[in-house]
Amino acid sequence: MPPRACALRRSIAALALAWAGVCVANPAIEPLPVEEIAPGVHVHAGHHATWPGARGDAVEGDVANLGFVVGDRCVAVIDTGGSPQLGQRLLAAIERATAQPVCFVINTHVHPDHTLGNAAFAALEPRPRFVGHARLKASLAARAPFYREALARDLGVTSGEADIVFPDLEVERTTELDLGGRRLMLQAWPTAHTDNDLSVLDDASATLFAGDLLFVGHLPVIDGRLIGWLEVMERLLTVDARRVVPGHGAPTTDWRAALDKQRHYLAGVRDGIRGALADKRTIADAVETLAGTGTNGWLLTEDFHRRNLTAAYAELEWED
Amino acid sequence: MNTLKSLLLAALVTVSLTGPALAQQKSDPDNPEANATWQQMRSVMFQDRAITTPADAVLTLEAPERAQDAAIVPISIRTHVEQRPDRYIERVYLMIDNNPSPMGATFHFAPTSGRADIETRVRIDAYTHVRAIAEMNTGELYMATRFVKASGGCSAPPGKDMSAAMASLGKMRFRVEGEVEPGKPALAQLMISHPNNSGLVMDQLTRMYTPAYFVRRIQVSYAGEPVLSADVDFSISENPNFRFYFVPTGEGELKAEVIDTNDLRFETVVKVGAGT
Repeated sequence: MPPRACALRRSIAALALAWAGVCVANPAIEPLPVEEIAPGVHVHAGHHATWPGARGDAVEGDVANLGFVVGDRCVAVIDTGGSPQLGQRLLAAIERATAQPVCFVINTHVHPDHTLGNAAFAALEPRPRFVGHARLKASLAARAPFYREALARDLGVTSGEADIVFPDLEVERTTELDLGGRRLMLQAWPTAHTDNDLSVLDDASATLFAGDLLFVGHLPVIDGRLIGWLEVMERLLTVDARRVVPGHGAPTTDWRAALDKQRHYLAGVRDGIRGALADKRTIADAVETLAGTGTNGWLLTEDFHRRNLTAAYAELEWED
Repeated sequence: MNTLKSLLLAALVTVSLTGPALAQQKSDPDNPEANATWQQMRSVMFQDRAITTPADAVLTLEAPERAQDAAIVPISIRTHVEQRPDRYIERVYLMIDNNPSPMGATFHFAPTSGRADIETRVRIDAYTHVRAIAEMNTGELYMATRFVKASGGCSAPPGKDMSAAMASLGKMRFRVEGEVEPGKPALAQLMISHPNNSGLVMDQLTRMYTPAYFVRRIQVSYAGEPVLSADVDFSISENPNFRFYFVPTGEGELKAEVIDTNDLRFETVVKVGAGT
């Protein structure tokens, strides 16, 4: 925490001890590097790697883009990182950038690289609202035990049940959040990347946080419904945004081209699997046949392409 | 399976579900015997009977080296023994050591099955051995094993869209693949739309675990004769999917009945004739 914020807080005599505790505790936590991509809009760039990575490596759960938007009244966090420790480091970065309190913690979807830092914010006073898609809670409840196990197995993080923080403000369709002087427009989407994708549009800077509805560089990952995702991408094209922060990869003003590249890959998976189904290939055979195709220009294809083909097959075999 | 065995196996499952929801068993990729769950299952199911392994002349097991999507791991059990009335594979057990419910499925075959092959998809999160064990009508046991690494990334065993799965509950697809020749084993595929969930999910309000809801029994007959029956559970993926053989004799109905844990029954029929 910077001296300014500490001095300000320490001047409140009644809270001096409590705040001193915060100020003493924080220097041990290295703030995550963030970039202010527009006034009041800060982004931390995750590594192009699979979550959670390994203990002691450069990744340690840090694979998703994380952001925060600073208003006149308070701050909204958009995704919190792939471990409780990353959440702490994001909080440290926020406290270095602003003295405004965090009032909203938004999760763009269930995946652990976006949600497992939530715990760092649950201890704040006053407690921020945790915001997610109306289906986030059920999905997180179903997956939390597996995420915790991966944290323990790969990062050596023994994470308690309290480390999974569920939304208390659920978005069915759209919601607006007022940060003072700027509003965030939240939109809950039909099943696409997952069944609980939520996008966040900052009206002041026309920045869209797309979550994993858009991947840049990192191969897109299907964990919801391929056909639904292609439909949602058509609707995303109509959003009036100047720049987009993808869930993975660099923020871009040329985001329609990025969507187009993603559509090209996903449509290729769809067409390849439809062809394999028409040829009466089994799921294992279809995956092997298509494993070497359609991934030019993408990263992490070894980690995710076969998986996408598998998921796409299980979805598309039900098509009429 | 007799009642005592069922009870003992149920107790085993309960043991592995208490405490953390996931079984945290150690597995050695090179030594399929060295797993506590397997040792318990082995003694409950087979006591001290000999199990021949590997047994490539009887059965082989195909599974990916790594679970690409933890919710959908294709498994293929191929058998290499003719189903003859005097000697045939009566049961095939599919076990996944480190799943919350390790006894994934028991498939029952008859001489009229033609071949005791089965293909399906399972959920696998942890590094684990997968086992296929064939039990002959004459009592011999043969086992094939494969070690499957857990998926990387954010993949997890629960289904992808629970509300969609419930909305299409019970929809089925049933078809015969390829040319049908009387007397020759023909391949059939049964697809069942069902969330097939484990119930290992704590309700955040009540702090109670939601009940498991899965397909528990499948019975397939052809022209009134048994082809395949299976006792299955939530180790089988969402929208359970099975490929298996039957022997067409001419005109006849291939019929599948499915029962889930809420005792809902679903039924579907394909008419099979020469040349279909």
